[in-house]
Amino acid sequence: VCIHRVRSCSSIRFIKSKYVCVFDKSALKFSHQQRLFRTSAVSCGQIVQFKLSDIGEGITEVTVKEWYIKEGDSVSQFDSICEVQSDKASVTITSRYDGIIRKLHYSIDDIAFVGKPLVDIEIDASKGVASEEDVVETPPMSHDEHTHQEIKGHKTLATPAVRRLAMENNIKLSEVVGTGKDNRILKEDILNYLAKQTGAILPPSPKAEIIPPLPKSETVPAAPKDKARKIPIPVSRPIVFSGKDKTEPVTGFQKAMVKTMSAALKIPHFGYCDEIDLTQLVQLREELKPVAEIRGVKLSFMPFFIKAASLGLLQYPILNASLDENCQNVTYKASHNIGVAMDTGQGLIVPNVKNVQVCSVFDIASELNRLQSLGSAGQLGTSDLTGGTFTLSNIGTIGGTYAKPVILPPEVAIGALGKIQVLPRFNGKGEVYKAQIMNVSWSADHRIIDGATMARFSNLWKSYLENPASMLLDLK
Amino acid sequence: MVLQPSLKNCLGLSCILRTPKAGFRSTAGGALVIQSVSNDVYQNLAVEDWIHDHMDLEKRQVLFLWRNSPAVVIGRHQNPWQECNLRLLRQKNIKLARRRSGGGTVYHDLGNINLTFFTSRKKYERMENLKLVVKALKALRPQLDVHVTDRYDILLDRHYKISGTAAKLGRTSAYHHCTLLCNADKFVLSSVLKSPYKGLKSNATPSVPASVKNLFEEDPSLTSEMLLDAIVKEYVTQHQIDHHITLINPADETLLPGINNKTKELQTWEWVYGKTPKFSISTCLNMAYKGSVLDVKVNMDVKHGRIEVCNIDLPEQWLPPALYSKLVKSLTGSKFCPNETTALVTTLLRVCPQDDELHSRWNLLCENMIMLM
Repeated sequence: VCIHRVRSCSSIRFIKSKYVCVFDKSALKFSHQQRLFRTSAVSCGQIVQFKLSDIGEGITEVTVKEWYIKEGDSVSQFDSICEVQSDKASVTITSRYDGIIRKLHYSIDDIAFVGKPLVDIEIDASKGVASEEDVVETPPMSHDEHTHQEIKGHKTLATPAVRRLAMENNIKLSEVVGTGKDNRILKEDILNYLAKQTGAILPPSPKAEIIPPLPKSETVPAAPKDKARKIPIPVSRPIVFSGKDKTEPVTGFQKAMVKTMSAALKIPHFGYCDEIDLTQLVQLREELKPVAEIRGVKLSFMPFFIKAASLGLLQYPILNASLDENCQNVTYKASHNIGVAMDTGQGLIVPNVKNVQVCSVFDIASELNRLQSLGSAGQLGTSDLTGGTFTLSNIGTIGGTYAKPVILPPEVAIGALGKIQVLPRFNGKGEVYKAQIMNVSWSADHRIIDGATMARFSNLWKSYLENPASMLLDLK
Repeated sequence: MVLQPSLKNCLGLSCILRTPKAGFRSTAGGALVIQSVSNDVYQNLAVEDWIHDHMDLEKRQVLFLWRNSPAVVIGRHQNPWQECNLRLLRQKNIKLARRRSGGGTVYHDLGNINLTFFTSRKKYERMENLKLVVKALKALRPQLDVHVTDRYDILLDRHYKISGTAAKLGRTSAYHHCTLLCNADKFVLSSVLKSPYKGLKSNATPSVPASVKNLFEEDPSLTSEMLLDAIVKEYVTQHQIDHHITLINPADETLLPGINNKTKELQTWEWVYGKTPKFSISTCLNMAYKGSVLDVKVNMDVKHGRIEVCNIDLPEQWLPPALYSKLVKSLTGSKFCPNETTALVTTLLRVCPQDDELHSRWNLLCENMIMLM
């Protein structure tokens, strides 16, 4: 019968929705929808005009605001067809029939009339499917469908674990028959239901019921081979993962990242890593934190790292430069606009602190606070995000030690800071002490930066941080 | 009265009715009064969705009471850019929510009460509900001049709107909800509900502005609690049930399975902004640049909250043509959203010639464009 249908009806979707001849997981969605039909004497392909039913309150006309289906889609009874509005009331119109939408009588913003046709639906024939009693179940919601789907309003009893199992497998509890006390739904009921749904390639049977497939041999525990065992081992039915791939266009923050990183590919990167002993800096910060707090500023380690980087850039200005398109000219930037990579809810964003060369550590901390709160609120402006000349990425706040950061054009260098770990180290006297160790990973543009320059810059930066008092000598 | 812990094992709101409580007769009546313990607009809207989708309202009607921390709530088919000052909302950290019912835009804060009347589809009757509210108000303060208009508003002193209405109808159930201004911040209300965006053309449902007044201004002895209590009293009387309010925690997944997903969906950009009916913007940017003012005509079509078409009429060669086309190409298909646009345009700047003049022109244009969003 199935094959006959393929030849006589042109729409393949029609077939999938009717029988559980599923060939891929996406059709599982359809397999739930078509259950039992109203018995009515209609032949295959009859077009029925579904009229807009009474809205109530004596309303005669409404405005069509949104269509949930389009011509050619198949619908089940109770699927949402459209949203109409009348005088502050938004009404979800659901289908009375199972079938295929053949014509929409209105466009968006048209006035629709109560009692006049809304859509034309080609009704499925009830041939080939046993005409059961006039009970139609509501289809389950899949996560990406509109939540206007109506659900039969009966409450289901089930433990949270059972509910979670149902939700993970995209099952509507209202569709599961509960065999526990008070019709409570048990785990076995969910598994039974699932087993019925995993119809693989099945021939159409005269009955509407679907035969559960035999479990695959690898999912069945090996124990049954042991014939000496007397105790029957319960065979767990396979849990079917009904998730499906989701494809969406690359937009927004991801698109921005694609553009930046594609441009960064053109830069030949080299890496240089080192270990910094922050024991003294940790102590210094502890002392200064309350002072900053009194002034209303939260002091992290970043302001120190940033200021030290700027002092280093004064000695090695090539790291604060930019190479032009044709690699003909190097521009040494006067301002140290040091970028700080930030992880917001939507993705990576790199605002920069302007003119660090003339800022105090406190100024930097204060500005970082401002950028961080704007960043998390999604309100950073264009000036905050442009003009950067050098970048630091504090990936250590999330975790990790060494990294291989990618340079953000038009810059030529970037540093990634790992997490601060307490590790044993030897001091000058050969004694072991508790050291606060952080790793830094630099990447630089090898077209104009050489290893020696990077190493010397890193050593200088390291020396400022390992001995914060030395920063005082060179502060401008 | 707070839900007993044992009830947490009992799933479904119906269980609240079936389980008798100490000192309280189980209600055989056809109604239930519930109140949300949360002030989060998304959580509360999710409760409405949940009840609409999951409760059998044939036998039992529900009155849901809720209040929100500052939020602007737009109707299902409205355009947020047309209805409110999004910039101000972002600055003041006021939430924006789109409800599923129709109607216009309202401002909520803790000085405003929301009432939702859930019934079966057949019993949907807004006028009755509003008359109940008016009756309750008059019972509390007989001298109050309040009445229901044929637009389903409640007016104070024949002039000031104190309540607006909206409704949602499904296949088997329906709800009618309304606001009630007790002591809301009128200053914030009027400033956030004024849209600064010019040149918008849309078929979205427009709001009808109205003069509003708080009941508190009419009678300073009134509080939200008193008003809620009066309304509940009237409701239980009419439905012949005990005066009992069940508290609901909208984060309780055990009581309301699936509620957290509903809450999350209401917060997605796709729902709040993406559901805006197609609209177009036709405006002129007045950019002050180097002592003169440039008039730049901008035309954009926005569908599902994303820029479908974008035309910026710049003076010739003001920006290198390659860069201009990159800008337009980048904007097309991306969200009509300042945050995302900022990320995109600043990225584009990284890969173009590092020329200060170019950068300042670019920043000027982009900042002006972002102001439109």
